[in-house]
Amino acid sequence: MIDFDPSTFGLAHTYQKEDKDEINTLSMPSAPQVIYRSLNGPTQTNGGNKLNNFKHGTTTLGFVFKEGILLAVDSRASMGSFLSSEQVRKVIEINEYLLGTMAGGAADCQYWLAYLANHCRTYELKNGSKLSVAAASKFLQGILIGYKNSGLSMGCMIAGTDLSGQHLYYIDNDGMRLKGDIFSVGSGSTYAYGVLDNYYRYDLSLDEAVELGVRAIYHATHRDTASGGVVRVYHIHQNGWTKVHDGIDVVDLHYKFAQQKGLVGDGDEAKQRLF
Amino acid sequence: MSYDTALTVFSPDGQLFQVEYAMEAVKRGLCCVGVRGKDAIILGVEKKATSKLQDVKTIKKVYQLDHNLCMTFSGLNADARILANQTRLQCQQYKIYYEDDPSVDYIAKFTSQQQQKFTQRGGARPYGISTLIAGFSNNKPKLFQTDPSGACSEWKATSLGKSAKQVKDFLEKHWREGLHEKDALLLTTKALMDVVESGNKNIELCVIRKNECWFLNENEVEELTKITAQLQ
Repeated sequence: MIDFDPSTFGLAHTYQKEDKDEINTLSMPSAPQVIYRSLNGPTQTNGGNKLNNFKHGTTTLGFVFKEGILLAVDSRASMGSFLSSEQVRKVIEINEYLLGTMAGGAADCQYWLAYLANHCRTYELKNGSKLSVAAASKFLQGILIGYKNSGLSMGCMIAGTDLSGQHLYYIDNDGMRLKGDIFSVGSGSTYAYGVLDNYYRYDLSLDEAVELGVRAIYHATHRDTASGGVVRVYHIHQNGWTKVHDGIDVVDLHYKFAQQKGLVGDGDEAKQRLF
Repeated sequence: MSYDTALTVFSPDGQLFQVEYAMEAVKRGLCCVGVRGKDAIILGVEKKATSKLQDVKTIKKVYQLDHNLCMTFSGLNADARILANQTRLQCQQYKIYYEDDPSVDYIAKFTSQQQQKFTQRGGARPYGISTLIAGFSNNKPKLFQTDPSGACSEWKATSLGKSAKQVKDFLEKHWREGLHEKDALLLTTKALMDVVESGNKNIELCVIRKNECWFLNENEVEELTKITAQLQ
């Protein structure tokens, strides 16, 4: 965008602009795209119709425990009542030591997490040291605050490892950034919190934590129509991240857990077995 | 045809004369010294009053850029003030972007980048200063030097300005790895006193530690110069 400020006449245009942007502003990092702001208030996606408003149709969760951080996500994408995909990858691999989860608008999450990945890499090359998780999440927050009220929809978690350990942050399109031990984001988050809050302990072993994550996502997919597909699980430890499960079908999980509880799906049959 | 009146013109033998002349201005500036120790860095600089009426106490030539980052210079005083202010702003801006404190590597690179900007565009002259930037990176003390050409390099101990060569020779002989703060302080003072014209009122010293900067006041400097004079 060319700035026709008369006071810049006679001066080299690039010199003036660069100088102003880099030196004299205490502003947040500027995003590469022009920001469209609606004159009518915050832009609403999906026409604001609550029934079709599956913009947060997902369940993602993450928690910190003694072996690092566990992230578990579902894989369903829905457009209104149309199921567009059961195989979405909602954990975005930013780089070898940072992961981001996707909730809300898929396009927004994918683009801005890729932008963050680009920035992290550039920083690492320029400065010889990696960006910390706090710094990367703060940078993303800075971008999102610049786009506040212009219709972005993102509720993502940034989880990663750096010199000071493993850290989990929640960032959303309002520009909120929270550091925490347990987060769940999306339409199925309430169901996941129910299971997660019940069984979470800091001193879970890796297997127990994976089991907890899988269970919580399963329960969310069972009750929330906008969540489903497969469960993907990632583990973040001091050497980076590992993909623990690439995709466990929630339908299989349903029957596995049902069997454990002794449920066979037919009320009468269950009664017959009891008596 | 003279190649030295415009900044943006190389000479046939590959020199940018304006930048060379800027470095000349630095060589004529007052002496400054930086010494890296085990847990601290010492910056010392000569200050000179232009007349007896000037209050030398109020000349501050070591600029604090952040709570544990300091900069001093040789060359044009006013240029240093501008560059220091830009760098101070950048320190805070980094904190807003990234929440962490910037490392001294980052700040030194930023300062040298600012200086380089003015070696490549017309209508502006290079900064007439070389800076010494002292701070910590990953809890390790580091000392950087930047110059008008925009070069940035890390040093164990160095000096700039008039008599820089004499001081550097002295430092080469006496610097060793792992100096304690007190020894580094004595070394810096001794190095400066060899070349500073007269008296102790003409030295400014600063100790940069991991979490703070200690600017020695007049009495402390006087005490230090007395102790140094006795050592030999």
